[in-house]
This record gives sequence, structure tokens and C-alpha cells, in this order.
Amino acid sequence: MSKKVLRVLQYVFLTIASIVSVFPIFWMIIASTNQSVDVTKGTLMPGGYFFENLKTLLASDLQYTAAFKNSLLIAVVTTILAMVVSSAAGYAFVIYKSRARERVFSLILLSMMIPFAALMVPLFRLFSKFNSMGPLKVIALNTPMAVIIIAIATAFLIFFFRQNTQSFPKELIEAARIDGLGEAGIFFRIFMPTNKSCYAAAIVVTFMTSWNNYLWPLIALQSPEKRTLPLVISAMGSSYTPDYGMIMTAVVIATIPTALIFFLMQKQFVAGMTGSVKG
Amino acid sequence: MAGPVVKKEMSPRLNRRAWVFIIPSIILIVAFVFYPMIQAFITSFETGTGNKLAFAGIKNYKRLLTDTTFRKALFNTLIYLVVQVPIMILLALAISSMLNSKRLKFKGLFRTAIFLPCVTSLVAYSIIFKSLFATDGFVNVLLMNLHVIAEPISWITDPVWAKILIILAITWRWTGYNMVFYLSGLQGIDDSIYEAAEIDGAGALQKFKSITLPMLKPIILFTTINSTIGTLQLFDEPMNITQGGPANATITISQYIYNILFKYSPDFGYAAAVSYVIVIMIMVLSFIQLKVGDKNE
Repeated sequence: MSKKVLRVLQYVFLTIASIVSVFPIFWMIIASTNQSVDVTKGTLMPGGYFFENLKTLLASDLQYTAAFKNSLLIAVVTTILAMVVSSAAGYAFVIYKSRARERVFSLILLSMMIPFAALMVPLFRLFSKFNSMGPLKVIALNTPMAVIIIAIATAFLIFFFRQNTQSFPKELIEAARIDGLGEAGIFFRIFMPTNKSCYAAAIVVTFMTSWNNYLWPLIALQSPEKRTLPLVISAMGSSYTPDYGMIMTAVVIATIPTALIFFLMQKQFVAGMTGSVKG
Repeated sequence: MAGPVVKKEMSPRLNRRAWVFIIPSIILIVAFVFYPMIQAFITSFETGTGNKLAFAGIKNYKRLLTDTTFRKALFNTLIYLVVQVPIMILLALAISSMLNSKRLKFKGLFRTAIFLPCVTSLVAYSIIFKSLFATDGFVNVLLMNLHVIAEPISWITDPVWAKILIILAITWRWTGYNMVFYLSGLQGIDDSIYEAAEIDGAGALQKFKSITLPMLKPIILFTTINSTIGTLQLFDEPMNITQGGPANATITISQYIYNILFKYSPDFGYAAAVSYVIVIMIMVLSFIQLKVGDKNE
């Protein structure tokens, strides 16, 4: 008897948890299709106002299109560079294991403990110097590279690739060497193609992190035309007379890429997040 | 499966080549993590405006002791930590152990729904919550229509409700995230253990206490440390939901550092000193959690 009650309670609890989890996202979509007045009245009916909202958004002085492009550029370049640089390190720590490199690896792991809040001050000062340092100008404040460069090599990704290289069959490397392939060739042409699921997970998580990043871009990208989506959305949210329909349209569009990744690659999404890939 | 273990020495040439793979990462991490970290430590002993800094001993650290805004930021951050992290972890544990039971229907549906908040960026969901919980927002309208409350709650402008709102928001965003870790941990527990316990007459709560919890301990420890580090650096949510207000009632340490840098006239030395408080707190709390985790072994 009590077991049955418990079972029912379980369903009730999980249903409530699911509704609470989904509702704000559902509401965001509904709000994006309605006029601001109807949103504040608490409507839960989809309206036909989405394209009007979109027009208002694009016509406003928020430079939303530019922000979308900036976000996309930063996320794509960060992901590509991070995949090469961080995975090469993670790979080498396993394939070319040596005492010196083990020590370097523990140091890299240590950097995981350092909070970004502590780096905010020195990084801002460091990057504001680059403008007058010749070639380092390309990574100075207010350039996309300023955001990209600090996300290319992360302890998390190096650790992730090191974990996943451990199950990589060493015989493959020996065979490739005998066939005359160089060490770089082995990495790019044997390791990378045979670890697609691992890369997929890392790509998903790196792209998402970059796409959603807020604090460092907020510091590094202060001129309006350089801003990324989170910065523009944040600016919209703090206006005194918020146009809810337009704001939610902006949020919906900014969420579409990550939502797509989530639904198409849920497995890799979870694997990348939890830092584990099997098979 | 592995071939015969033959310890072969790497040729010096190969050994040198190997560094090529690692050096780009080393340069980047040294330049943008370790070097700034040391720089911040030095700066924390300096005072001055802008880039004109001079050594000032422990003046900045002394100032912390009498700074009321810092005290508020520290207090708020600790409140978020002490209240929110346990609630979220218990919720995630409860949900994941329910989802792990074999007889449950619609498992995938529940899992996807509860995990869905992870899709939203921190700024995006903060703006959604800010709108939902506005004084004339959906939540107040709903609660008033249901006659739960007579007057709208000032979620954003009341110091207590604003804190509650931040805690609600973070819990919404991160419970599903933690759940995923527990679910993958639970999959590693053999069903036969639960079956044996059932034969011995163990109830659901007992099974949870004497099988699930001990088996998941390393993962719980990992997620607790993770959440602690995350909460101590909390920035996006208070910045976008309440702007740290009303009257700094929801401000966090990270946000205070940001304010010292960009809202007031920049004081790099003091900001660096405040940031080292977070570093020390993370080190101490992670150490304590690891020790406590070991003791229960």
C-alpha cells in the first residue's frame, strides 16, 4: 500500500520538477511571440508578434546582428584553436610520457583551482598594455582575439584529452611509425580521426562555454560594436523601460545554437560536460 | 588486450619533439593564468590610482577589515554557498535516484526536461528570471490569481526576497547539471545490490542511505567542490538579475571586484587584495571538503 503511494508521489515530484525546469524556457518562447503589454499581462498563448519583435530588435541601436557575428566568430575560432592546442597537449602527456612532463601536467592541473575572479584584475592590466606592444596589438583589448586567446589552452580540455588518450591503442602509433609517418602526422591523421566522439564532446562544451561567456568579454570588449550576445542581452535587461517581447526574441535567438547542439548531440553534450567519453 | 609491456626509452630526438605538442599550451597557461596570478599577488600589496602604484605593505588587507561593502559581499556569497549548494545537491540526488529506478516510466522525458535549463546561458536565464519575477511579472500575477499572496512580492527590490530569488535562479539552472553526474554514477552501481537489500526488507529511504549515498560519495564530493568554486565566483546572476542591489543586498565578491575596477575609480591594488580572498577561500574550503570526504571512508 505505502509502496504504491510512494510510487505516485515519485511521479508527482518528477512532474513538478520537470514543469518548473521547462516553464521559464517555454515562457521565453511565448514572450518572444507577443507584444510587451501582453507579456506583462501574463499571457501564455503564442502570439503572432515574433517578426515584429525581430524587426524592432534589428532596428534598435543595440547592434544585435554585429553581436551575433562577433559571438559566432569568437566561438568558432576559439573552438578550432582549442581543439588543436589543448588536445595536442593532452595527447602528448600520454604518448610521450616522461617524468618532466608528468610534473608539468600536475602544474597545469593546479591552474584549474585558480578562480577567474582572481585573474580579472591582472588580465585587464596585462591586455591594456598590448596595444602599444607592436605585434601583440592583435590580442589587445577590444579585439576578438583578446577573448579567444585565453580560452585556447585550458586545464579542463588538456585533462579531458589526456584521459581519453589513455585508451588509445599504442600499436597504431608503432605501426604508423614503421610506415614512415612523422609524429605530427600520427597526431593529425591517426589520432584525430579515430577519436571523433571525444572531439565531438570537447567541441560541444568549448563552443557552449565560449558562446555563453560573459565576465571576460564584459571586461575586454568595451566598445559597442565589438560586443558579444551575452553583453548585448545584459544591456537590454538593464534598460528602464524593458520591451519584454523584444528582449525575449533576442534571448531566443541567442539560445537557438546551444539548444540545437543540445537536441542533436545530447550524448556528446553530457559526455563533454561530465568530462567522460566511453568508446 | 595491451601488448607485452616493454619499457622502451624514448630517443632524445623524440623526447625533444614531444615538447612541441605541449609548449603552446604551457606558454598560454603561464602567460594568462600563472603570471597574472603572481602579478595580482604583488599588486595586492600596492596602492595608487590607475597604473601609478607604489608598495604599501598590508594596507589593502587592513582596509578589508573595515570595508562594509566587502563584508556584505562576503556575507552574501557565504549565504548563497551555505543555503543553495546543499539544497541543490539534495534535490539533484533525490531526482537522480528516482530516475534510476527501473520501473519508472517516461524516464527520458523527465531527464531531458530537468536537464534543459543547462541549455540557457547564464545571462539569458538571468534575464528570463528577472522578467518572470518583476513586480508586475508572471510569478506575482500567478501567485495573486491563486490567492497565495494579496500584494505583489518585491522580488528584485526587497533585500531578503532578492537573495531568495538569486538562490531560486541558481538552483533552477544547476540542479539538472549535477543530476547528470549522479545519474552516470548510479549506472555504475549493480542492480543486484539493490535487489539483495530489498530481499532483506530495506525500504526506499534505507536503500538510499546505505547504498546510494556511500557509492556516490566520490561524485558527491566532486560536485560539492565544483559548486563551491562556482558559487564563490558567482557573478553573472546577481549582475543581471538584481545588479547587486538593492543597496548591495545581493552583491557577491566577484561583482565587488568588478565594481572596484570599473564602477568606482579603478583601484587595482585593492581589487587584487579582494580577489585573493576568493583564492584563499577556495583553497581552504576545497581542502576541508577533501579532508571530510576522506574521513568518512
